[in-house]
Amino acid sequence: MSTLTIDKSGPRRKVKYGSMSRDRVWALRWSYFFLTLFAIFSLLPPIYMLITSLKSSAEISAATNPWWVYHPTLSNYIELLTSNQFLRFFWNSAIISVVVVAITMLISVPAAFALARMKFWGSATLATGVFLTYLIPDSLLFIPLFKMFALVGDWTGIQLINRWYVLLFIYPTLTVPFATWIMIGYFASIPKELDEAAIIDGASWFQTLTRVFIPVALPGLIAATIFAFTVSWAQFLYPLVFTTSTDQLVMPVGIITTLIKGDVFNWGQIMTGALLGAAPPLIIYAFLMDYYIAGLTAGATKG
Amino acid sequence: MAEVNLRKVVKRYDDVEAVRGIDLDIADHEFIVLVGPSGCGKSTTLRMIAGLEDITDGDISIGGDVVNDVPPKDRDIAMVFQNYALYPHMTVAENMSFGLRLKHYPKAEIKSRVTEAARLLDITDLIDRKPKQLSGGQRQRVAMGRAIVRNPKVFLFDEPLSNLDAKLRVQMRIEIKKVHQKVRTTTVYVTHDQVEAMTLADRVVVMNKGRIEQIGAPNELYHNPATRFVAGFIGSPAMNFLPCRLEEAGDKLNVRLTDRLAFPVPPLRAARYKNIPRNEPLVMGIRPEHITEARPHAEPGVEPFDAVLDVTEPMGMETLVYFTLEGAQLCGRVNPNAAARVGAAMRLAVDLNNVHLLNETSGVVLGRP
Repeated sequence: MSTLTIDKSGPRRKVKYGSMSRDRVWALRWSYFFLTLFAIFSLLPPIYMLITSLKSSAEISAATNPWWVYHPTLSNYIELLTSNQFLRFFWNSAIISVVVVAITMLISVPAAFALARMKFWGSATLATGVFLTYLIPDSLLFIPLFKMFALVGDWTGIQLINRWYVLLFIYPTLTVPFATWIMIGYFASIPKELDEAAIIDGASWFQTLTRVFIPVALPGLIAATIFAFTVSWAQFLYPLVFTTSTDQLVMPVGIITTLIKGDVFNWGQIMTGALLGAAPPLIIYAFLMDYYIAGLTAGATKG
Repeated sequence: MAEVNLRKVVKRYDDVEAVRGIDLDIADHEFIVLVGPSGCGKSTTLRMIAGLEDITDGDISIGGDVVNDVPPKDRDIAMVFQNYALYPHMTVAENMSFGLRLKHYPKAEIKSRVTEAARLLDITDLIDRKPKQLSGGQRQRVAMGRAIVRNPKVFLFDEPLSNLDAKLRVQMRIEIKKVHQKVRTTTVYVTHDQVEAMTLADRVVVMNKGRIEQIGAPNELYHNPATRFVAGFIGSPAMNFLPCRLEEAGDKLNVRLTDRLAFPVPPLRAARYKNIPRNEPLVMGIRPEHITEARPHAEPGVEPFDAVLDVTEPMGMETLVYFTLEGAQLCGRVNPNAAARVGAAMRLAVDLNNVHLLNETSGVVLGRP
């Protein structure tokens, strides 16, 4: 006890020296606090959707606690998954997304390679131009595009409006510029000597692309793939404008047009459909997340 | 294997002339080093030989055939880059065999060539690793292996040791020399390091501002430079330069440095300088090792003088001494036991048997044999 009194009467140190580890602990606490806040903020809607999807219509409209399921039921899931209509939407979405991803990569990878590596007159301007086209919002483009496809139908007799495959022509206008831009950045970060070594080793431009650039730029390629898939999967405006018959609809539009009848909202099935629709991108993200991040941050540091 | 010939080769970028008409004949089996400061055109020259840069004018031939318009892959050359340029997604063996696989060599042949090259470079244990798992020195060995397995006509090295630390650089220098002694492929090697140039080359090509200053064996360049640039670039510490003039003193010839300081030129040298005008401003070049401490029994042509030392640098086997003479800073190499002290006067001696006299404006070394 005596030592304690001596300490108290001793001269007090005015200056506080910050401790490195204490600073770090506080930084960690703050980051956990905000991360938790953010997680709650972004996870609440899907959780609410999940809860709602497990309720019957009667329970949804009943004045009970909306955050709790008293009589859980899978009827919404069973009804949707056994409805041909919903499976049709799902199938349309899937085939369009996969084909659009394939088209996007087939165009943007060689384009990015050419713009990043083959120095030709105007290549730098073209590269910027590619990015600028991405900046034009789709809400600005859908009317002229609609007019274009209508004219094509008038002139050639090939009916593209109200056919799901018209979207195969339209989505790449969104995905190709951005995917090309990602790939240009990634290819540009590959040292010049690598393609020179390949060329001296006897590779053609095409072999340099397929045997050296694509394997080396795989994270960028995967990032571009995920991006293209997500854009085509989640696109709403274009399919709403270009397709009207129920058998031509994709999922986001299909859910809205078939499950909302006038002012009657079939909330349970809407939530179920939205959850099921979110599943494929979610699964892809979960598996390829690391690549996706590596692809988006390419060129940030020399690696 | 083949000889390489450059005829009036010019490289022009928009308004800059990077290489200004160089002529160079490289013999079969020869190890040629292009050396010079950055921007002298040495890398551009190498890349033109490789076919990675178009040539603006002139001719390049490999093995007697003009290759101006031949793409790199058909020139039968192999190149080693400064940053190794290994394919990161391939193993060592795949890296080395890439060129052979592209040319559809039989599998057995590829395997035997890779094994042989790996043995030669002492990387047999690393054959299944990826470049990421290798150290800098190992990566450079793999890069050399990739060149060797192709068995090309010409090896091209573009500053291959610049990314390595000093100790490893010395070691790899010896490795490269050993490999060349074994495979005897014609080699063009670019470096900015004059020590590397001296130690590796059969002949060194000193380049400056897009032109060749001098071509010669390492010792010839060192002892008999043609220009002030070569004299100053080759050798470390660099050659000393100071203003001087020649004057007749009876039947003897003196090189006068200051009003008070003049040295008699040894007869052998004086004979070389008989056509140089007297009493005209010249530049005297003398290597640091030809300025030593004065010894009691000096050889003929070694003349003593006094200097106050500004800086001393003990190197162990010798001590470098720096002093000022007529406004020019000079460097000498003295015995570590010669008691060189900063601020103190020291009796030094200059060996005039190894002096060079240069034209003051053109920098040309006068009276070369």
